[in-house]
Parts: sequence; structure tokens; C-alpha cells
Amino acid sequence: MNIPSSIITLLLGIGLTLVSLWYGQNHGLMPVAASEEAGHIDGLFNAMMTISTGLFLLVQGIIVYCAIKFRRKPGELGDGAAIEGNVPLEILWTAIPAAVVLWISIYSFEIYNEMGGFDPSANDMHAMHGMPAGKGSAMAATMDGMPQGSPMIAALGVGASPENQGKPAAVNVNVLGLQYAWIFTYPEINVTSGELHVPVGKEVQLNMNAQDVIHAVWIPQLRLKQDVIPGTQTQLRFTTNKVGSYPLRCAELCGGYHGSMVTQMIVHTPEEYDTWIASQQQSAQAQAEIVKKTIAMNPANLSPGKYLAPYAKEMGVKPEMVRHLHQQHDMSKSIASVIK
Amino acid sequence: MTAELTIPNQTAPEDDVVIHHRTWKDYFTFSTDHKVIGIQYFVTGFIFYIIGGLLAEGIRTELATPDADLVDPSTYNSMFTMHGTIMIFLWIVPAGTGAFANYLLPLMLGARDMAFPKLNAVAFWIIPPTGLLLILSFFLGPAQAGWTSYPPLSLLTGKVGEGIWIMTLLLLGTSSILGGINFFTTILKMRIPSMSMMQMPLFCWAMLATSLLMLIATPVLAGALILLSFDLIAGTAFFNPVGGGEPVVYQHMFWFYSHPAVYIMVLPFFGVISEVIPVHCRKPIFGYGAIAYSSMVISFLGLIVWAHHMFTSGTPPWLRMFFMITTMVIAVPTGIKIFGWLATMWGGKINLNTPMLFAMGFISTFVIGGITGVMLAAVPFDIHVHDTYFVVAHLHYVLFGGSVFGIYTGIYHWFPKVTGRHIDETWGKIHFALTYVGFNVTFLPMHVLGLQGMPRRIAMYAPEFQGLNQVCTYGSYVLAISTVPFLINAIYCAYKGKPAGSNPWNALTLDWQTTSPPEIENFEVLPVLTTGPYDYGDTEEEEKELTAV
Ligand code: HEM
Ligand SMILES: [Cu+2]
Ligand SMILES: [Cu+2]
Repeated sequence: MNIPSSIITLLLGIGLTLVSLWYGQNHGLMPVAASEEAGHIDGLFNAMMTISTGLFLLVQGIIVYCAIKFRRKPGELGDGAAIEGNVPLEILWTAIPAAVVLWISIYSFEIYNEMGGFDPSANDMHAMHGMPAGKGSAMAATMDGMPQGSPMIAALGVGASPENQGKPAAVNVNVLGLQYAWIFTYPEINVTSGELHVPVGKEVQLNMNAQDVIHAVWIPQLRLKQDVIPGTQTQLRFTTNKVGSYPLRCAELCGGYHGSMVTQMIVHTPEEYDTWIASQQQSAQAQAEIVKKTIAMNPANLSPGKYLAPYAKEMGVKPEMVRHLHQQHDMSKSIASVIK
Repeated sequence: MTAELTIPNQTAPEDDVVIHHRTWKDYFTFSTDHKVIGIQYFVTGFIFYIIGGLLAEGIRTELATPDADLVDPSTYNSMFTMHGTIMIFLWIVPAGTGAFANYLLPLMLGARDMAFPKLNAVAFWIIPPTGLLLILSFFLGPAQAGWTSYPPLSLLTGKVGEGIWIMTLLLLGTSSILGGINFFTTILKMRIPSMSMMQMPLFCWAMLATSLLMLIATPVLAGALILLSFDLIAGTAFFNPVGGGEPVVYQHMFWFYSHPAVYIMVLPFFGVISEVIPVHCRKPIFGYGAIAYSSMVISFLGLIVWAHHMFTSGTPPWLRMFFMITTMVIAVPTGIKIFGWLATMWGGKINLNTPMLFAMGFISTFVIGGITGVMLAAVPFDIHVHDTYFVVAHLHYVLFGGSVFGIYTGIYHWFPKVTGRHIDETWGKIHFALTYVGFNVTFLPMHVLGLQGMPRRIAMYAPEFQGLNQVCTYGSYVLAISTVPFLINAIYCAYKGKPAGSNPWNALTLDWQTTSPPEIENFEVLPVLTTGPYDYGDTEEEEKELTAV
């Protein structure tokens, strides 16, 4: 009597394990991974998916089984067995989940270390209070206020992977988030862009700050996200390993057009990257002009749309975005109040 | 621990003439009867639920297409801000703590009313005008910064609405603190003398844990909101970086309340499920002590996990790791409850009626929210999905799959007690099926959207996400429709349903040991405890099981 049922249980257990193991690896839910670390995070996710699938099937299975097997038949009277508990069983289902979450914690800890989460340079608050307020314009703020090419400055966020710690990144980019655009400045080569261009295989560091409200840089293909906070510098450091063009989205509610605060991260081959730099530097002369003009203008008197229009063209910010800025009444107030 | 019983003064001799029924007019008065207040809370909450639900349908309709074409994007932001605020502060919290705890605690403890009946009425009457004020703000330039209201955005957009929003939350917080004082005192002091703590129904344990959270966490929210209002109105710079303020400090203060708030919203329903399952399975609850204590452990741990909402914010690594581990640990007491419920069902004689179906639906959906919760606690993974639709899916599996399923479980279970009549089973089952299917079709695909790259709180999204978004939108229409059979069934059966008698489920807790609906002071003669709350089951069956092992 007892033996067949325990065999069935065993078979079910094996089946459940196999299904979980298979689904944990083959769920296909994540987008392309464009860095080695993203692959590691996927490994963590797959492990959690495996455990989750098992737990999910176990619980739903028990519910459905109970509903069928222990269902009260019509006319049936009486109660179930008066079992009030079972201490060993209770210890078991306390200990196993405890062990599982402990293991996930340790695993996460390790992955976080590989990502560069424990880089001491990503360890302190590096406040820059008053920075966005004090300068004459948004551009000036990015240009002067940012720690130009000084990657060793501590900021919160994700730092260098352990093997790169203490070394400056190959490419440094200052990132300014503002309603509703991203401005990327390359202090080493004096280039400003509305899209993030990076060479494949090189370590990139984003030094990030916001002009008005909190934004967040999210690059799904790198599995990386970090809030961009006015008055506090944050950072992300990563090394891509796949050429391509990936979305870079704002992930922290920042106003009506939050959803359109999207640009691209373009991962170039080294040659392409050099070509891009060259093409940008040709227009560097023009850029300098714009910056000078902006500083001369008093931006508080301009509507933000007008004020940003020149950058929009230069930097590949979509024109419709700037038009949106025009419509946003509150927006002009907010920028003006920050700039004043 | 024994407690002295205080019987509220009998004000007039007419009170001795037992009036079994209230008239509808009583529900519009400043009544101090906990049962009237419980129903006042529930009906008020349900009206706000409908309003919040209509806003959700608006949100989903906007998201049927990638462009922001239905409403203006800033209106969209006000819509989800209102939706979140209404659902949490005017529906789940009032329905869970206000309605269920008020109605049930005195009945379960054998008391004639709550410890502070007047305070109780005050706590309720704060809610309707406050809710109306919030809705009014929708027409005066509503708040647009989400229910989290992070500065500096909250200081810059929809200022009038933001001011009203802050005031609303302060008032609702006050109401919640008053309620918490009442529940806490009632549970500790108003039990019949023969009932020890370990003989209390588990719902009372759940409410003990909940009321502690209400008392400890809510004042911190009040602090954050008062400082925020200074920044908003007086131009101070506590949180405004333009004056040197620190927006991240607001986030800490906000989440110090708002994480415990999710337990305020779900612990009462853990209690409800622990009541419902043993009755309809005809078995004792499996591991009473473990389930009771796990509520207290969850309550304690719930106070030290708040920064898991801030893993991508301005937080240093040690803090991210600390809060990752505390959050993971909460899965253990939660698991104890879930396995305890499953073990209670195992080997039972399950009556698959509507309350039981909703209770099983609760476990089935809540466990998904719990699983994604553990995933979100893992910092490297959370960095990817924080502030995306994955989180929207997770929070609805907890708040809808948990709290709302818990509310329906409780409503179907106690309907005969409250009205003295049965609610129709067929329509109840139709309601369950529509809710369960609609819920999963709406929210399951959102996990995928988040993983694939769709942020939350956006009115316009990349076209590649349209297919799944449309599935979500259709699901939400099914959900909306599912409410209709419930409403008709409940209202009709409250007046015309089959009479139920005082204890149709043959339940053992004291709430069932009086008439249905309970008379005005609950018990004609105060009950004496003769059995434990869950002494169901067949002892001969138990011996058979034991010898079989
Ligand atoms: C009728 C069923 C519901 C539907 C279709 C629905 C839909 C949604 C959607 C699509 C969002 C995301 C908005 C965005 O990020 O742009 C959202 C947010 C939210 N929902 Fe619901 N929801 C429903 C019921 C509930 C319930 C019962 C609760 C219970 C408390 C709830 C609480 C929330 C909260 C707290 C948010 C976050 C608001 C914010 O981001 O500030 N929802 N809902
Ligand atoms: Cu943004
Ligand atoms: Cu939380």
C-alpha cells in the first residue's frame, strides 16, 4: 500500500526538479546581455528562477491536489483528522527556506562584488551641494561642475570590478539628467552628445548628476541602473562585450514626459568609435560656440524649449522632445527655479 | 495572562430590550458600535475601491497603445498617483484594519465593544471627508509624483494637489494611529477572562502584530510629510537639493513607514486566511504557535527592511547588503504560514465553497508575490528590475492577490454572520473565476515587460511592448467586470438571501457563538471558553493517520 505512493512521490519530485532545472535555464525572459557582468546577473536570476519554479509548482500542485483529493463529497459528514501540528515538519519548512535564502544572499553578495558594487570608490557620499544651482546654465554646470576626468572621486553606485579597482576607467563620461533628456559629456576628448557612445571591451565610467529632479539611468542590456540625484554624484562602471545599439531609459519618475526620456547607448567597435570621435571633434568648434552663447544668455528668461533647442540639434535629442518641453508649463518653472 | 473584563456602562434601561437589527439610518450616525463602524469602514472603502479601480482602467486604457493618446501625460501621472494613494490608504488599510478588525475583534474576544468606542468612531469619521478632499484635489491640479511623492519632483509639480495630498495622508495616518491604539488595547485588555493569549483566534494575533506596526511606523511618515510640506509651502530645504537639502533622507523616512505599511495591508488577511481554512477544511490549524509567532516576527522584521526600496538610490554598498539579508529573512516566517495553511488543507474534508476558493486563490497568488519578493531582495537582480513593470506585477500580486483576495475571502466567510443570510454560491463562484482569471491575465505579463525593459510610471512606451500591454489591458477589463456579479449578489442577498442561522459553518470561534447578525452588545450572556478556536477534527481519524505512518 505504502510503497507505490512513495514511489509516485519520488517520481513527482524528480519530475518537478527536472522541470525547474530546465525552465530556470530556458525561460528566455531576459533581454540580450551586453556585458560579462550582465551574464553573471542572469546566472543569479536563472538560479532563482529554478528555485522559484520548483516552489511555484509545489504550492500550486498541493492546492490543486487538495481541491481534488480532499474535497468533501456530497452528503459526506465528519471532520478531517485532528492533527494540530508536527514539530519536525515545521522545523523542516523553517530550516529549508532559511538555508535557501541564505544561499541566495551569499550568491548575490558574490555577484555584487564581481559587478564592482564593493569598489571603495563607490562607497561614499560625494555630495556636491549647490552645484546645480550655482552655475549659470545647464551646460556650464556639466562642464565645470563635474569632476573632469577624475574617475577616482568617490560616488555612490556601482564601481569597478575587483580586477580594475584602483585604476581609472578607459573612458569617462559625465552624464547630466534633466527633464527630459540626457546629456553626455566626454571631458577627455571634449565632446558632448545626446547619445552614449562607448567602445566595446573598454571600461566605461559614468559620472552622473541631475539638473532638476531625480532621474535614473537604466540600460537593460547591462542590467544596470542607478538613480541620478541632484546634488549628489552617483556612478556606474561597466565593460561592454557586444557591439550594438541599446536603449538607455530613465527609470525614476521625473515628470509628464518621463516615458520619453529615452536615448541610445551605442557600443562601437574600436575603429568605429575613433571615427565617431573624429566626426564629433570636427564639430567641436561649433559646440564651443554654442556653449559660449548659452553662458552669455540668461536661460531663466527663455522657455526651456528654446533654451535647449540648439543642443537638441547638436546632440541628437529628438525634436519632438523639445516640443514637449514647450508644452510643459510646470517644467519651465522647475528649470528656472533650479537655474536661478 | 488574564485580563480584567470591562463591560461598557449601560446607558439607559431601554438597552436591555435587545434590538437585533440596526436600521440603515444608524450607518450614517456617529455610532460607537464596533459592528456599525466596521460596516461603515467597509462600505466607504469599497466606494473608494471602485473609484481607484476606474482610475486603473483609465491607466490600462492609456497603455493599450504606446503613445500618450488618451490623456495628457501629466494627467496620466496624477491618475496613477491617485490610484495608488486611494487603493492603499482609502481601500486596503480601511478595509483590512478598519472593517475586519473592528467588526471581528470584540466578537472573537468575547467583548461587548472595542476598548475606546468613541475614539473608534472618530477614527472612522476622519476618513470620508479626507477621501473626498483627495478626490477634490483631482480637479484642482492634482499631485503627480506617484504615491511615493519623492522630492524634488513632488515640490515642483501639481503644487496645490501636493499640498492636499500631504494633508490627506496626515489625516489618514492619524485615523490609522487611533485605530491601532484601539486594536492593541482591545486585544490585550478585553478578552473574556477564560481566554489566554494562546487561545486567541489567529486573526487576533495578526491584528496585534498589525497594530504594533501602525503605532510604530505611522508617526515617522507624519514626520516626513510635515517636513515635505515645509519644503513645499515655506520654501525650506530639508529635502530640496536646491537649498542643500537631501532628497534621499525623505526616501528613508517614507519607506520606514511604507514598507511596514505593506504588512499593515497584508497581516490582517493572513489572519483571515488562518480563520477560514480550518473551518472549511474541518481540521485544526496546523501549527497554531508557529503561525501566531510568525506574525510577530514578520512585524518586527518588517521594521528593518525599508531600504530594499532604495537599492538603486543614493545608498552605500553595506546598506544595500544589510537590507538584502533582512528582506530575505522575512521569507522564512511567511513561508511558515503558507506551509501551515497547506498542511491544514492536507487530509481535510474541504468544502469547496466561495470563501474557501478565495482562500486558495489567496495562497496561489500571494505565493507568486512572495517569490518575486525574494528575487527583488537580491540586490544585483533588483538593480535591473527596480522601478519597472516587474515591480508593478510584484506589488499587485501582493496587494491584489494578497489583500483583495483576502478581503473577498473574509466577506464570503462572514457574510452570514454580518447579514444573517447566505450569499449566493453560484454567483460567488462566477465572481471567483472572473477575478482569478482576470487578475492573472492582467498582472502576469507585467513581469515579462519589466524584465524586457519597460519602466513603470510611463504614459508612453516603446512599440515593442505593445502586445503584452494589450493583454494586460484586456485582463483589466475582465477584472472590472468581475466586480459586478459580486456587488449585485452581495446587495441582493443581504436583503433576500436564504436565512443562515447563527452558525452555518459550525465554527468554534466566539464570533459564531452569537446570533447572526450579532445583537447590539454582541452577547446576551458573556460566553465561556469551552474549546480552543480550532478544535475541529476527528480524533479517531488522527489515530488512524498516526498508526499508518
Ligand atoms: C483593478 C485592478 C487594478 C489594475 C488594473 C491596476 C493597474 C495598475 C497599473 C497599470 C499600475 C502602474 C501604473 C504605472 O506605473 O504607470 C498600477 C500602480 C499601482 N497600483 Fe494598481 N491596479 C489595480 C488594483 C490595485 C489594487 C487593488 C491596489 C491595492 C493597494 C493597487 C495598488 C497600486 C499601487 C500602490 C501602484 C503604484 C502607484 C505608483 O506608482 O505611484 N492597484 N496599478
Ligand atoms: Cu527622467
Ligand atoms: Cu518593502
